[in-house]
Amino acid sequence: MKEKILSLVPGAEFQENKQYLTFLIPSDKMHELALKLKNEPEFNFDYLYCLSGVDYPKYLEIVYHLESTGHRHELVLKVRTAGRENANADTVCDIWKTAEFHEREIYDLLGIKFNHHPDMRRIFLDEDWKGYPLRKDYVDEVNIVEL
Amino acid sequence: MKEVINLPVKDIEVEEYHINMGPQHPSTHGVLRLVVSLQGEIVKNLKPHCGYIHRGIEKMCEKDTYPQIIHLTDRLDYLSAHINNHAVCLLVEKALEIDVPERVKYLRTILDELNRIASHQLWWCSFGMDMGGLTCFFYGLRDREHILDIFEESFGSRLLHSYYTPGGLMQDVHPNFQKRVKDFIKYFRKKIKDYDDILTGNIIMQERTRGIGLLSKEEAISYGVTGPSGRGSGFSCDVRKHHPYAMYSKVEFNEILLHEGDTFARYMVRMHEMRESMKIIEQLIDNIPAGDYTAKMKAVIKLPAGEYLQRVEAARGEFGVYVVSDGNKTPYRMKFRSPNFSNLSALDHISREGKIADLVAIGGSLDYIIPDIDR
Repeated sequence: MKEKILSLVPGAEFQENKQYLTFLIPSDKMHELALKLKNEPEFNFDYLYCLSGVDYPKYLEIVYHLESTGHRHELVLKVRTAGRENANADTVCDIWKTAEFHEREIYDLLGIKFNHHPDMRRIFLDEDWKGYPLRKDYVDEVNIVEL
Repeated sequence: MKEVINLPVKDIEVEEYHINMGPQHPSTHGVLRLVVSLQGEIVKNLKPHCGYIHRGIEKMCEKDTYPQIIHLTDRLDYLSAHINNHAVCLLVEKALEIDVPERVKYLRTILDELNRIASHQLWWCSFGMDMGGLTCFFYGLRDREHILDIFEESFGSRLLHSYYTPGGLMQDVHPNFQKRVKDFIKYFRKKIKDYDDILTGNIIMQERTRGIGLLSKEEAISYGVTGPSGRGSGFSCDVRKHHPYAMYSKVEFNEILLHEGDTFARYMVRMHEMRESMKIIEQLIDNIPAGDYTAKMKAVIKLPAGEYLQRVEAARGEFGVYVVSDGNKTPYRMKFRSPNFSNLSALDHISREGKIADLVAIGGSLDYIIPDIDR
């Protein structure tokens, strides 16, 4: 499968991971690849079971954990945003519906805007909340633990 | 005899209006607000508003050590506290390549299943109450009490256990544990028949659940609806079967799959699952091996740098823990894939074009726990 995915996306980068086959995908190729992975019968990745955002010093990363319910194989895809300011990525919620809520959560807590998302609002915090709490440089002025 | 006057019936245009269900509503079982758009009593669409008890647990985890994090996972889905603890323990054990003693694996599996039964009992009794059957509530709580007493005797807590530690258990179980669990199984095998008599076969409950809130298999997969709710739509998603952990690969049990995809199917999956859980416990309870209750662990647990993911089957679906470690004693990033969050995302879809009264039944059959959604 490693070769197949590398041939599908020319810019993909294979990453060593003990548990899963992991690839770093260029941001603009993700939607196209996701569509192929879901629809082509040899991949058939129809179940997105985990969608996480991670904050790194120079970029933000979105991690897609995929599983095929037919073949029972698993795959991890990663997408990096160009920078930390005005971070954005393409939505995959038209492919996997569960992404709709998970992307709103990532937007709420990490501040990655998803293009073409039907309802890009904060999900847990208030609309007027300032900052994105899961970022490493977020300063919480009323942190009870640190008082 | 009076003459019946027929008033001319005109087409009445019904304006769409919005109603807030919650944050304080008895059927949401917690603080969740559903903004429902109604036309008459037909639900046109629905927007869930979460976050009333968002505590930022994922952020808190970034400052805590792994044994401390276990205490926070209790506070997600508080009715599957053991199972959530189990996920973090398995993740740490996998990262450090620690093999836990056989006794621990047996006890963890038994406790997980007891936890699942207790959770389904509470779901059953509150679902019955949502349907208007108050007796169910007393039956369910009465039987759940037996499990909580077993828990209390062994480790002192009834709801938020934090009993699992990386490498094993906090302490050994009480000497009475084996006998009491066997007594409970004997007792509950009789009582679960009452559950079927009083609610499952009830015509009012059947009328209110059959064919209501349809979710197809493809939609269940797409929305990531797992657990009993997903299996009621025929989505084979039991982590215990597909990615076995602890003793699940060595015990015999069936993954309950129903294909109707309606509220009643989701109800029946849970009823069958309680029996399957009892079957698992019965296979293990007589053969618990003697030995240590924990493996030898270092005082400070540091995960090697890298990424780890552990999936377990909680009472409401697939619970996942994703950790990015930079080699410190605290995680760099910790993400919880909570089953209720994904299950809730399907609520809008399955309640559309239904009656607002059915929304209570559908919500009950998805069995959401709000702290698990908000985290």
